Amino acid sequence: MLKQIEKKIAGGDRINAEEAVYLFSLPLPVLGELATQVKRRFHNHNTATFIVDININLTNVCQAECDFCAFYVKQDSSRAFTLGIDEVLEKIDKLVEIGGTQVLLQGGINPELGLDYYLELVRTVKQRYDVYLHAFSPPEIAYMAEHEKLTTLEVIEKLQAAGLDSLPGGGAEILVDRVRNLISPKKISKDVWLRIMREAHQIGMAGTATMMFAGVETLEERVEHLEAIRSLQDATGGFRAFIPWTFSPENTRLSEVIMAGGGEYLKTLAVSRIYLDNIEHIGSGWVTEGMNVAQIGLMFGADDMGGILMEEKVLESTGMRNRTNTAEIVDTIKRAGLKPARRDTEYNVLEKLQ
Amino acid sequence: MLKTITKKVERNERITPEEALFLFQGDINAVGKLAHLRRQAMVGDNAYYQFNYNINYTNVCENECKLCAFYKDEKDGYALTVEQIVESVKEVHAAGVNEVHVVGGLNKKLPYQYYLDMLRGIKNIDPDIHIQGFTAVEIAFFAEQAGKSTRETLADFKAAGLDSLPGGGAEVFSPRVRKLICEKKLPGEDWLRITEEAHNLGICSNATMLYGHLETDEEIIDHMLKLRDLQDRTGGFRAFVPLAFFRKNTEIDALARGTCGVYDMKLLATARVFLDNFPHLKALWMIYGYKACQVGLDYGADDIGGTYYDEEIVHCAGAKTPKSLNKDEICTLIRKMGRTPIEVYSNYEPVKGCLSC
Repeated sequence: MLKQIEKKIAGGDRINAEEAVYLFSLPLPVLGELATQVKRRFHNHNTATFIVDININLTNVCQAECDFCAFYVKQDSSRAFTLGIDEVLEKIDKLVEIGGTQVLLQGGINPELGLDYYLELVRTVKQRYDVYLHAFSPPEIAYMAEHEKLTTLEVIEKLQAAGLDSLPGGGAEILVDRVRNLISPKKISKDVWLRIMREAHQIGMAGTATMMFAGVETLEERVEHLEAIRSLQDATGGFRAFIPWTFSPENTRLSEVIMAGGGEYLKTLAVSRIYLDNIEHIGSGWVTEGMNVAQIGLMFGADDMGGILMEEKVLESTGMRNRTNTAEIVDTIKRAGLKPARRDTEYNVLEKLQ
Repeated sequence: MLKTITKKVERNERITPEEALFLFQGDINAVGKLAHLRRQAMVGDNAYYQFNYNINYTNVCENECKLCAFYKDEKDGYALTVEQIVESVKEVHAAGVNEVHVVGGLNKKLPYQYYLDMLRGIKNIDPDIHIQGFTAVEIAFFAEQAGKSTRETLADFKAAGLDSLPGGGAEVFSPRVRKLICEKKLPGEDWLRITEEAHNLGICSNATMLYGHLETDEEIIDHMLKLRDLQDRTGGFRAFVPLAFFRKNTEIDALARGTCGVYDMKLLATARVFLDNFPHLKALWMIYGYKACQVGLDYGADDIGGTYYDEEIVHCAGAKTPKSLNKDEICTLIRKMGRTPIEVYSNYEPVKGCLSC
């Protein structure tokens, strides 16, 4: 089967699900070369990008109560918090100080918050700062719609009118309902996630797609997720990037799952690059994998190292080391023999770094 | 040149130091594919680990190497008593540990007899416990203190129960670099001589290389060449163990060249292809981390290290890796890469009665 896949890749043809599952059995260096060939179609240059961004977690109260999450608390918990608008602005001040351009806002599904909270947040942030606002994953959109008795499209339109630029691809986890019922039964289904993304794309909000893998899914289900993303992308073209990351079990109800190693991560990254032949960018993730494996990811199809992620809290609660800075990312990219460049959310290069 | 090298690897032939340098400085996946071939030819789908316990018997060390964040002077340091060591081994042995790894500083206060008593004490618990202990640097120090030759010392230690040497203290053999990072330490030639004596006495060993400090790529290849030559003579090496330098808390932090994920994998892969007479290559999780050690299994490594209860030395230098892993984690990391985990002693003999986990 390898010959057949190699032929397809060389000819710029699409691989099917069965071939994608087969790819997981190949040794890493072989997969890395194949993924690099596909990457060259999109990026025939030696640059790797990153973004200076902040990831603000608005609230840790969440009624979705997913088994894989170590961040959420119940409403009456002593650790519960919800950020006020002033607190959010203070954090963004810090981002702007270091020249950051992207604000990612997301949080739990907190039944005390109404659409007004979100709209005011969006308006205030956009009025005050020249930043790109990448906020609210599909489960949050679905919650706002339900809470306000609106359609999800109406909610996205209202947020867009208030200034929201794009939706991050969170809450996708694995887009297979068997898996979702096991690990996050209260969260939106595969179809609802895809529908909300489609609606956003149709009103001109491009965004990103993610996958949280190495939990309880099979390799076939991982590929099913890629297929769902690829076919929506065929229809809308609205995904700028795909960013897979591994499930981090510590402090969650799935703590008996043994955390995936970097080899499993790189295989999935490479298969994503090869399978998603209609998405321009693939992001390599240092937050879950560490800087060393994320750097190797640049040799496995990724062209982007993601953000410096000031303030990230969700993965921090699973014990992940998640602090970096521009200097470390720049050094990491250079050591891989590539040229570092700072980008904006639309992947335009803002600054080439020496 | 890649074509010539590929042909050689396909025919299971030796490559030259120039070819090794070419691979090392080339593409990660090009060298990775060759390492994968070489490893597959040597061990097939097997991958190895040890259920071991680490004893750092003292941190007092008169070498004061600039590369080390572990050593202390007599005033601030510690030394474990033989009783303490034996007690702790009893405890972990009851929990299934069947190998102990003993290394420490060069501490003048500890007499020759201390080491012999330690070895005998451990073997008295169970003669099947494998003792991997003492670098060539320690052996040279003990010999000097006792007015014996290193060969005699090794023979005494073997008689007391020493099974193998861990291969530490090799750093990189280049005298230029040793002068900068560990001036007082045993010269490279002596490390090689003592190791050869051990091999000739039937004590097998590993060979380490510490990189990412002040060495050049050429000095790395030269280090490996010296090991390959010695191995041709003795066959006593079991595994090559590259150690990425953690610079934090050491005196050469600011000067060190550092390393990175891509470089680490290229180094492992180059070593696998170049060291064709070393049966095994370790990508220690304690050095590369839980995530990257698994990547190493596809870049030439066939061993990601043992459980290492209680390791202190690399963690003093800011290693962010966990301090110990359990068997389940090690075996799962191995299995997920399509390999079969096999529990072995440090000489790579399968552990008696061990069911693969």
